[in-house]
Amino acid sequence: MTDTVAPVTLAPARPRDARSEPLWLKILLIVASLGFIGFMLVLPLVSVFVEALAKGLGPYFAAISDPDALSAIRLTLLVAAIAVPCNLLFGLCAAWAIAKFDFRGKALLITLIDLPFSVSPVISGLIYVLLFGIHGWLGPTLDHYGIKIIFTTSGLVLATIFVTFPFIARELIPLMQEQGSEEEEAAISLGASGLQTFLRVTLPNVAWGLLYGVLLCNARAMGEFGAVSVVSGHVRGLTNTMPLHVEILYNEYDFVGAFAVASLLALLALVTLVIKSLLEWKFGDRLAAGMKH
Amino acid sequence: MADTASSSRPRLSLRWKQPSVIPGFGITLGFALTYLSLIVLIPLAALLLRPVELGFEGFWTAISSPRVLASLRISFGCAFIAALINGFFGLMVAWVLVRYRFPLKRLVDALVDFPFALPTAVAGIALTGLYAPNGWIGHFLVPLGIKIAFTPLGIIVALTFIGLPFVVRTVQPVLQDLDPEFEDAAASLGATRWQAFLFVVLPSIAPALLTGFALAFARGVGEYGSVIFIAGNMPMKSEVAPLLIVTKLEQYDYAGAAAIAVVMLCVSFLILLGVNYLQRRFSRHREKLA
Repeated sequence: MTDTVAPVTLAPARPRDARSEPLWLKILLIVASLGFIGFMLVLPLVSVFVEALAKGLGPYFAAISDPDALSAIRLTLLVAAIAVPCNLLFGLCAAWAIAKFDFRGKALLITLIDLPFSVSPVISGLIYVLLFGIHGWLGPTLDHYGIKIIFTTSGLVLATIFVTFPFIARELIPLMQEQGSEEEEAAISLGASGLQTFLRVTLPNVAWGLLYGVLLCNARAMGEFGAVSVVSGHVRGLTNTMPLHVEILYNEYDFVGAFAVASLLALLALVTLVIKSLLEWKFGDRLAAGMKH
Repeated sequence: MADTASSSRPRLSLRWKQPSVIPGFGITLGFALTYLSLIVLIPLAALLLRPVELGFEGFWTAISSPRVLASLRISFGCAFIAALINGFFGLMVAWVLVRYRFPLKRLVDALVDFPFALPTAVAGIALTGLYAPNGWIGHFLVPLGIKIAFTPLGIIVALTFIGLPFVVRTVQPVLQDLDPEFEDAAASLGATRWQAFLFVVLPSIAPALLTGFALAFARGVGEYGSVIFIAGNMPMKSEVAPLLIVTKLEQYDYAGAAAIAVVMLCVSFLILLGVNYLQRRFSRHREKLA
């Protein structure tokens, strides 16, 4: 606290007030902030569950266990189960190369890794349609060999990988950079192989950051809408992920159904937030580097 | 040290890479670069090259049609207003979270990230439900003659929701690290609390605030999922640029869609450059203070 402040002559009359506002202003600011958060964030969250349960538990569970909804859930899990490990492998490789070695062009590489964050989700889907679509550059050739990417699961996976591309890498890079490479050098000089060093020295050091990155990557992978919408083709039961299924139900005025599926996604967001807060709370100092996303 | 991986590496690499005893440089960087190129760089390059087939004239016609210009104006305008709102409230929330103690503070702090975690489509239908004329908030506004859902105001509401964490999470750590001595000094020299905030605190957090504003703005410009439900999507009135891209794509007007995308990308890229510049200036400023 500021109790140590005691310059002999210049001390203000009430030193404790030097850096604090009048009580009424404090209360006003706190109430305004809580009001804004409550109005903008809490109210929409609550409304999802209220709307989902508007007609009781029966219709709610009926909506969730609808075959189309189930296949949407399965597809969402499948897409995330492919996209997240791909980006995990990339994140580990990129972080190892960037954090443990010095080479030119490193800053450029880091900037390029962040690039997908500044691309609109719709554009993230569009780029693959331009490449692999029927009128795309590679589309006709691939079609000739019977390979389809757009309007299939592969397209969904590609678009999802793109939008979640930086999550794990940007979490790991600053963390591994901060830890330096002395421990690894020691392990190598004691005769450990590269893989042993990575598994026994590096990985335990970054495990929590890794989990943090995977968590955020997964949340975005399961919730992505724009990019996936462009490449999906919206075939019910085939290429509809959960967010796309929500859209279809909503546009058909099946509000209970739409909000029921949406409530599952909101639940996912809440679980993500809780685990994220726990990780930040326990390992805050170590995670601080990349908390922005 | 001289394992096979490092000795088989081409000699040229030694010039741009510092030697190291740690193995695995070639394979990890090689994989990272290949993956980056295949997933991000080549598809983006293909997008940038696509409008070339239109020629300059065609490109200009594609992006200067009234409908396209209107959609760009709506996307950028609404994102700008939403970022301004977030700049104000985000600063206030960050300030309250850093400086004051109150009940449920930790919960509120965690909730700030909620828009990052919530899928955009869910945010879209939830906000539409709230602000529709028969919604919880909307039916209070109908007697006042205010319509939010299905108008550009709705777009601003959605983009405010999406952008809030960007401002709070950029300003918060800077405010946390701000040395209290400067404010004490200002106070002891006779500055009022307001003057100390305006002339001492605000200049120190201004780069972070601007960065958060720019991030929220950039995100808002490209936002799709949360907007399309609440916007009403009337061409010329409440149709955002990403939606127009989707529309063009559905009509197989690939080049037209790509042209809009290129314009949006260029602007986002400029914003990103600006943010980087600000952050670099800001970190230098912090080093000076430290």
